[in-house]
Amino acid sequence: MDKQTKLELEKTALKARMGIIEGIHAAKAGHPGGSLSCVDILTYLYFKQMKVDPKNPKWEERDRFVLSKGHAAPALYAVLAQRGFFDEKELLSLRQIGSMLQGHPDLKKIPGVDMSTGSLGQGISAAVGMALSAKHFGNNFKVYAVLGDGEIEEGQVWEAAMFAGNHKLDNLVIFVDNNNLQIDGTVEEVNSPHPIDKKFEAFGFETVILADGNDFEQIEEALNKASGSKKPVAIIAKTVKGKGVSYMENAVNWHGAAPNDELYEQAMAELKDALAKMN
Amino acid sequence: MSEVKNVATRVGYGTALVELGKIRDDFVVMDADLAAATQTGMFKKAFPDRFYDCGIAEQNMMGIAAGIAATGKKVVVSSFAMFAAGRAFEQVRNSIGYPHLNVIIGATHAGISVGEDGATHQCCEDIALMRTIPGMTIINPADEVEARKAVYAAMELDGPVYMRFGRLAVPVVFGEDYKFEIGKGVELKEGSDVTIIATGLMVKEALEAYELLKSEGISARVINMATIKPIDKDIILKAAKETGAIVTAEEHSVIGGLGSAVGEVVGEEYPVPVVKLGVYDTFGHSGPAAKLLDEFGLRAVNIAEKAKKAISLKK
Repeated sequence: MDKQTKLELEKTALKARMGIIEGIHAAKAGHPGGSLSCVDILTYLYFKQMKVDPKNPKWEERDRFVLSKGHAAPALYAVLAQRGFFDEKELLSLRQIGSMLQGHPDLKKIPGVDMSTGSLGQGISAAVGMALSAKHFGNNFKVYAVLGDGEIEEGQVWEAAMFAGNHKLDNLVIFVDNNNLQIDGTVEEVNSPHPIDKKFEAFGFETVILADGNDFEQIEEALNKASGSKKPVAIIAKTVKGKGVSYMENAVNWHGAAPNDELYEQAMAELKDALAKMN
Repeated sequence: MSEVKNVATRVGYGTALVELGKIRDDFVVMDADLAAATQTGMFKKAFPDRFYDCGIAEQNMMGIAAGIAATGKKVVVSSFAMFAAGRAFEQVRNSIGYPHLNVIIGATHAGISVGEDGATHQCCEDIALMRTIPGMTIINPADEVEARKAVYAAMELDGPVYMRFGRLAVPVVFGEDYKFEIGKGVELKEGSDVTIIATGLMVKEALEAYELLKSEGISARVINMATIKPIDKDIILKAAKETGAIVTAEEHSVIGGLGSAVGEVVGEEYPVPVVKLGVYDTFGHSGPAAKLLDEFGLRAVNIAEKAKKAISLKK
């Protein structure tokens, strides 16, 4: 990846991070930690990887994306806005009455959202269904999904993984956003899903460990490593929960809380400062 | 009614899938290791490349179906009612119902007539569960003919459909000329003293109850209510106004099923007595299906009794 491309992606992700914070602050509710941990992956997918057309969000041959960890909706919305699916101003209506931006992704209401998600463990099955549909009906699109590391404690994830592996759905790429924190503590404290890569491998996936899932070069490298796989791909992305806002980083209390005005100003100042340094 | 054929509604379901498979290739069929029982096995045999077995994983099957439907294709998924509506309830609600996707859920082995397998498999709660999901259409065919025609209709519908089929071979009550329309009840017998609204295998019992009541000088109207949601309000209110008393009959819990649906319409718009016949807040148990239907009071004679009760409650 050349320097300019990387810089542009980093700027886009910073703007998306601001969108996340602004939306959650305005809503006085939402999930900043897990949004900030996966927003770089989403940015890469929507700006470098996926075949999409913001002018034609229902284009039949588009690649599909399923945010299985639906509570990271602010990240998806902010990236979709950056990509031009809708106006950035919409982000301030997050979770408000009358807003299309529901607390969790809604395919009926939001341009660019391919699947309604929110109840954990269900999105991956839908992604598997989309990948199967493409194979069965002869479409060439690929399907990407992002799951949480806490989410994979759900049994349905493994039902879906078993099916995807058995059917060799090589048009499916899933990311596990391994920020290592869930509501009640670290994933190890709660009910450890580790070793994640070995589990997916056993279910018939090609697995890639992505050492820094908040680094664009490494995200690209992981996807390149997986391309050409004859199996479904699981990329285990080590990420930092709350990435980019100092007081939210690796802090479990920012899983599902909105910053007050003071902390909002601090977060925005940090992000603006980071963006200014890039310009 | 001489030489009545007995065929399970699930057979009509399987037959219709094969017929549809011959004329269109824009749908796939899935099952969760019960194809031989649900009768999707007929489709699997005819079109092995268009059938997917999800294994014993109903929750994932519902999610996969949602994903296929989200790409604009049709999909039929099958399991027993207990697992389709019960185990996978939340997947049906959140992955299929909320995005209002075109998924046909073919749920077989519903009700007490599952028989020997007993309570764990005798689902008498599925209609109640599915009724609570906004936008869900629910169809409970009375016989093999109606089951077949209902599958054709479901294939044309926009949105999710829950279709309820039985294990037990039941008499065929309709001829091939029977017209099925989603959302429409059908008056099978005219009557003025009381109306029997029945669904599923209770329709045949209702027709027998009509004769029993007739012999006692009571004129009963009989309505087949195959579509439980959206319920045909017009035919219910017409019956309430013209006969002044209603009995509902279903092989399902009296909590949340057809009886509740009818009661809601009547209670809010034209109150008359509504007496419900069904499974009274209890689990089933093992035994031959026919004996269980006797034991649980799901017979013509029981409907006739309830009809008389409904008439006695008229003001």
